[in-house]
Amino acid sequence: MNFILIAVIVLGAIALVASVVLYAVSKKFAVKEDPRIGQVLEVLPGANCGGCGFAGCGGMADALVKGADLGSIDGLTCPVGGSAVMGQVADLLGMAVANADPMVAVVRCNGSCEHRPRTVVYDGMHTCQAVNCTCAGETDCGFGCLGCGDCVAACQFGAISMNSETGLPVVDEEKCTACGACAKACPRNIIELRKKGPKGRRVYVQCVNKDKGAVAKKACAAACIGCGKCQKVCRFEAITVENNVAYIDFNKCRLCTKCVDECPTGALVKINFPVRTPKPDAPAATATDKKEAEA
Amino acid sequence: MRLKTFSMGGVHPEENKITADKATVVAALPKQAIFPLGQHIGAPAKPVVSRGDKVKVGTLIAEAGGFVSAPIHSSVSGTVVKVDSAIDATGYRHPAIYINVEGDEWEESIDRSDKLETLADHQELTPEEIVSRIKEAGVTGMGGAGFPTFIKLCPPPGAKAECVILNGVECEPYITSDYRLMMEHADEILVGLDLLMKAAKVERGYIGIEDNKPEAIALFEKKTAADPRVEIVALEKKYPQGGEKQLVDAVTGRQVPAPPAIPVNVGAIVQNVGTAYAVYQAVMKRKPLFERYTTVTGKKLCNPGNFLVRMGTPMRDLIEACGGMPEGENKVLAGGPMMGKSVVSTDVTVCKGTNSITILTDADAHRKPIQPCIRCAKCVSACPMGLEPYLLATLSSFKEWERLEAEQVTSCISCGSCQFTCPSHRPILDNILQGKGVVMGIIKSRNAKK
Repeated sequence: MNFILIAVIVLGAIALVASVVLYAVSKKFAVKEDPRIGQVLEVLPGANCGGCGFAGCGGMADALVKGADLGSIDGLTCPVGGSAVMGQVADLLGMAVANADPMVAVVRCNGSCEHRPRTVVYDGMHTCQAVNCTCAGETDCGFGCLGCGDCVAACQFGAISMNSETGLPVVDEEKCTACGACAKACPRNIIELRKKGPKGRRVYVQCVNKDKGAVAKKACAAACIGCGKCQKVCRFEAITVENNVAYIDFNKCRLCTKCVDECPTGALVKINFPVRTPKPDAPAATATDKKEAEA
Repeated sequence: MRLKTFSMGGVHPEENKITADKATVVAALPKQAIFPLGQHIGAPAKPVVSRGDKVKVGTLIAEAGGFVSAPIHSSVSGTVVKVDSAIDATGYRHPAIYINVEGDEWEESIDRSDKLETLADHQELTPEEIVSRIKEAGVTGMGGAGFPTFIKLCPPPGAKAECVILNGVECEPYITSDYRLMMEHADEILVGLDLLMKAAKVERGYIGIEDNKPEAIALFEKKTAADPRVEIVALEKKYPQGGEKQLVDAVTGRQVPAPPAIPVNVGAIVQNVGTAYAVYQAVMKRKPLFERYTTVTGKKLCNPGNFLVRMGTPMRDLIEACGGMPEGENKVLAGGPMMGKSVVSTDVTVCKGTNSITILTDADAHRKPIQPCIRCAKCVSACPMGLEPYLLATLSSFKEWERLEAEQVTSCISCGSCQFTCPSHRPILDNILQGKGVVMGIIKSRNAKK
């Protein structure tokens, strides 16, 4: 009985001394953390995807609070949470938030099995990175999609999947948060973050082949041949043709889709536009007339 | 007596030297020759001809594009069609010069006689003049890598060459172009060695030959019996003995330290026998490097053989000359089965470094299914550089670049012994090469910042 009592007293005494020491130390060496960091962190999605440019949501929260202290949180956006989350954060910090346009990942290659014949059999490691280092891939196009799905593996939100029929990745617009992980994973820089556009309507060049027209066309039926027809027809100077490939600046594009109709190879695409019922339309008729005259 | 060899690792792939006894045939001229501007290590050459220009055999068509670079000479006479791009072995397009062949007219400056010119007849040649003639002729390493030869003859400050080692090992399976060259042009190779020794200002020369080529060893021993400066070193057959560092180890017993050290840091300059032959022709005959010995081989090929090929000839022409592509699925390699690169199209042309075109058929052409690593450490025993390939491969797949650098991934010579010996058919070398590429990039950008 005595032993138990002694043990309890000794341990109790040690606990008392230790608690006093711990309390004193915690007061003396306390690290002051802005309580707002924790609050902001709670609002952020917590995906730690790195889409904002920081290693994780913690870093972003830190930067947001620091930015608020300095007077501006411009340029800091959470692509996953979008304007909803950024609005909440801005409320918390008492800041105004710039309304950033929602973005979406876009695959700029249309080299499906049908358009781009396979000329070689690749028999090595099945990652885009490995194929890109070893050879130009299974087709004659040295710029297009390699189809091994590095982007699919990089996506944390399950927004990209491989289409087994075309061998190309497909982005699910609903799930895509525009964090940019797929764009970084793609060794050929095919995936680009572009403005989602009103009602999801977008126009872009679905090719990044920098080879000369004839070479590109031989490798892939849907290649951009850099003919510049789209550039000529664009009234907003949104299209530039460089290194034999056209590029549409999504900040200048007004979605008139004239360029899409003009493209001889179908390298330009329009997404989410309503299918038009064919009706006699004067400008469209002249365009077809022109084509016929050229032919 | 036990034969010399390198001290660490190595494997014994099946030899398959099926073309060893086939005398070299002069390949037919192509209809159109294509010259990629980057056929050597270093900066690509700069074209000096343009569309419509007439060229002769041996005309300079592209000059060196930097210090580590080499000029390119036309191998055919005809008209320049265009300066455009052409696919290389990997399928990517790079700048190239296209020439349509018309007749076979040579530059007058080239001595086309068969008379053997020895160094004794040309005592007036100074080391500097030899080096400058090698440089002008665009001679690069003929063993496959294609490093400009003249740079090896000018050691960096702090290093002093003591000997020249000629590489007649040809440890890669299938390839016999160096062997045929040694049997057919031994005298020229020895003059080439003399020139290299004079250019490097050394008095000691070795020729390393593996003991699977006893006739070549006997021939060279007979020819060098009177020359006390040159020693023929018979080596035990083991892959990758033809690697520069392995050969230095085997012949001199000295080990080259980890990069950035090069063989000359331990006093050795290594040159391929093919390079020595090219040096002889460049210096004595004023003939630029525009043709080379190439083996076209494969078990299923009707009529494999050794060819003297003009550069710029498409591989397709050579394969046709051997009886055409065999039936079934074929894998065409530029080089041998161990280190050769698979070629995406037979339109790819023969370059300065193409020592062989190897065609693997059906089962040989395919990889075996990958199985889990069983930790047998066979790759560690096989690595001639004393690395741990399984570890490097794993680190590379986990993108641990810093540890990869600490584990000396840059020492890897890509010989493929690890992958060859792996009982689980794991793509060890593929992984390592990928990581090595990234680490080299990191080191380069770090050095650029300094």
